[in-house]
Amino acid sequence: MSANAPLPMGPHDRPIRLAEIPVLAVDAFRSAILGQVNAGGRIAALFGMAGESNRVRLYAVLMYLETAEIAVLAADVADEYPSLTPDCPQAHMFEREIAEQWGVIPRGHPWLKPIRFHPSYRAGHDAWSRAAGEAIVPGVTDFFRVEGPEVHEVAVGPIHAGVIEPGHFRFQCHGEKVFHLEISLGFQHRGIERAMVGGPDKRTLPLVESIAGDTSVGHATAYAQAVEALSGCRVPLRAQALRGVALELERLANHAGDLGALANDVGYLPTASFCGRLRGDFLNATALICGSRFGRCLIRPGGVLWDVEPDRAEQLLARLQAALDDVAGATKILWDSLSVQARFEDTGVVPAEVAQDLGLVGPAARACGVDRDVRRDFPTGIYRFALIPPSTWNTGDVFGRAYVRWLEIRRSGQFVLQQIKSLPGGPVRSKPPGPLLPEAMAVSFVEGWRGSICHVAVTDAAGKFARYKVVDPSFRNWIGLAMALRDQQISDFPLCNKSFNLSYCGHDL
Amino acid sequence: MFDVFRERRRQGKRTIGYPAEAPTLPDRYRGLPVLDDSRCPDGCKSCVESCPTDAIGRDSRGLALDMGRCLFCTDCLEACPEGAIRFTHDYRMATRNRSDLVVRSGVELALAEPLDARMRKLFGRSLKLRQVSAGGDNAEESDLNVLGTIVFDIGRFGIQFVASPRHADGLVITGPVAENMKSALLDAYESVPSPKLVIVVGASAISGGPFRGHPEVSDGTDRLLPIDLYIPGFPPHPMTILDGLLRLLGRLEGMPERIRAEEPPAPPPASGPDPLAPIVASTATVEGPPTSS
Ligand code: SF4
Repeated sequence: MSANAPLPMGPHDRPIRLAEIPVLAVDAFRSAILGQVNAGGRIAALFGMAGESNRVRLYAVLMYLETAEIAVLAADVADEYPSLTPDCPQAHMFEREIAEQWGVIPRGHPWLKPIRFHPSYRAGHDAWSRAAGEAIVPGVTDFFRVEGPEVHEVAVGPIHAGVIEPGHFRFQCHGEKVFHLEISLGFQHRGIERAMVGGPDKRTLPLVESIAGDTSVGHATAYAQAVEALSGCRVPLRAQALRGVALELERLANHAGDLGALANDVGYLPTASFCGRLRGDFLNATALICGSRFGRCLIRPGGVLWDVEPDRAEQLLARLQAALDDVAGATKILWDSLSVQARFEDTGVVPAEVAQDLGLVGPAARACGVDRDVRRDFPTGIYRFALIPPSTWNTGDVFGRAYVRWLEIRRSGQFVLQQIKSLPGGPVRSKPPGPLLPEAMAVSFVEGWRGSICHVAVTDAAGKFARYKVVDPSFRNWIGLAMALRDQQISDFPLCNKSFNLSYCGHDL
Repeated sequence: MFDVFRERRRQGKRTIGYPAEAPTLPDRYRGLPVLDDSRCPDGCKSCVESCPTDAIGRDSRGLALDMGRCLFCTDCLEACPEGAIRFTHDYRMATRNRSDLVVRSGVELALAEPLDARMRKLFGRSLKLRQVSAGGDNAEESDLNVLGTIVFDIGRFGIQFVASPRHADGLVITGPVAENMKSALLDAYESVPSPKLVIVVGASAISGGPFRGHPEVSDGTDRLLPIDLYIPGFPPHPMTILDGLLRLLGRLEGMPERIRAEEPPAPPPASGPDPLAPIVASTATVEGPPTSS
């Protein structure tokens, strides 16, 4: 296939046989990706897996928004290939990940540093020529430094003040002003992708539910969809609706909690304490459905484990209506407070072009006016029948990220009430999925509360996972936080950080 | 300003009446597991084989379920046709010893005993804790944060999460101890002045949870630090955490201990095991999810 030939597009929710994926020469692979991205496509995933004769096969999954289709292409590489990142910044983290996992160097990558600090999956191949068995110390890398007599460096973490996950942050400052922030993570690395290989088995689902505990429903749904695609399993409509309810409840809980946390960071305590409670009310609504506040053990391949009977639906509706009214009251006083607005507005601005180029997702992108939401663009499950219009704003600042959350709370709230009122009849679970299609790939999208989640499952000849790629929205968005800090006061870091509220464990896997 | 007052009035008082009043938990909440191995047919290992974390085993003393590993996932309920395993609504599960987390047929759980008199004098009315997430997935962390909200308001018990380990009386650890966090965790432990407490929250921190056996983690804290309190769950309900902390401080002595489960909104399924738990008589049980067929 030449570099200019049209790519084999296909529907995003169908499995693809590996034999049908074009394997291109590296140059053609590169230019096909660049051509697609320049034409408005996006990289959903770019990853390596063990190939033949100790080479690494790279797969690129491209999303084409206009037609809701995807294209998958491949290339085989040995120890290096010309990096995409200089021409396509959204490849930046994916290429660093490929380097770390497989010891393949993307030549010309401007920022080639480890992201999770673990040894390479491919013995004897290390992108930084570290010897086998050499200790890899997280947070120790060649940080970018600004030199000059009045420049100083501030290092924070891994352990932060507060009940929060660990990560390391380096600020290059001039007085109070931040020139540059570099974020170095990996402290939460638990080996999830590596452990998924050889599955699915009884450990797979709990692993998926712990990719990021606050997104248990989002990741479990993404996983279930991948398995259902590969096994040809059909999910009853009622289960699809309940999955949608659970996913939106997860969004409601986290968005309400985030608005409270943002209020807290600017010292506006009424909203902080109201929303702290309301977040729990949404979590408890999830627990009313399945017993777990985080929606664990609800989603299963083939459907959901728990039904919502009519009386339970009544109870849910009453509680949710009350909680939604209370969120409206709690946030109205937030938006009406001039001192809060003074702190939110123009703080931590990410320009729309930067959000586009870096491939940001979720409320962080939509707050910049980047209208992107896989519930509408690549719908699965109930979202094929019931549309939630994406919410956008155009300021790209802390206010924008807060306000988009509020808009989403309103729309998700309406959606959840509507779905519970009109749950389709029928069972909530089909027969457990049969064996997975061998030597095939399934791509699965879910719009989690932080942004689009993408899972890619690749099976071997026995129908077991040969590779399972997880792209958490935080993987894409941490760089957005770094950009938001440019030229900010360092004292605004906590506020900017909250306005993104990204996952450490979702990034570290 | 008046709008704020009006909203405050509208939102009302939201702090729970616990410990004077019994907390309310959802009817499908899965708390303390209860085993009845008299129901097990000879040689049956269905539950053992179904468990994702090998939390269930059978030895000469019969069936045993290790809450330190259990994810409260219901896979064993689905696997067992005899109803030998049930989950009650009892949220009280914290223990002082690792071995006490192993639940057996007809054996009462040894809930956490209070600290000794000297430690209670030091910490009983003011306990400052530093939380360290060592590979935690933000579920445990979230439900620890929740204790600080107006709903639970742990400040009223003199318990507070502080920013520096040097200001703390103990550590609260979550996560399976990722190798990449091990040295930071041990540093934090060293930084806490003695005498100090170590409290571990969640299956991952106790045993590695779903990550058990991964070379990237330490399978929890047990081989790293002396532990004073184990709080099981995946993640534990905030009530389980609060109960454990108060129990440790001896703050529940003389308190009425009741459990109230929400009425199931619909009649429970007709079939299924005897709904009365043999150990905690006041405890209703949770039915497993309906199986497809
Ligand atoms: S509920 Fe606990 S014991 Fe039962 S299968 Fe799940 S993890 Fe194992």
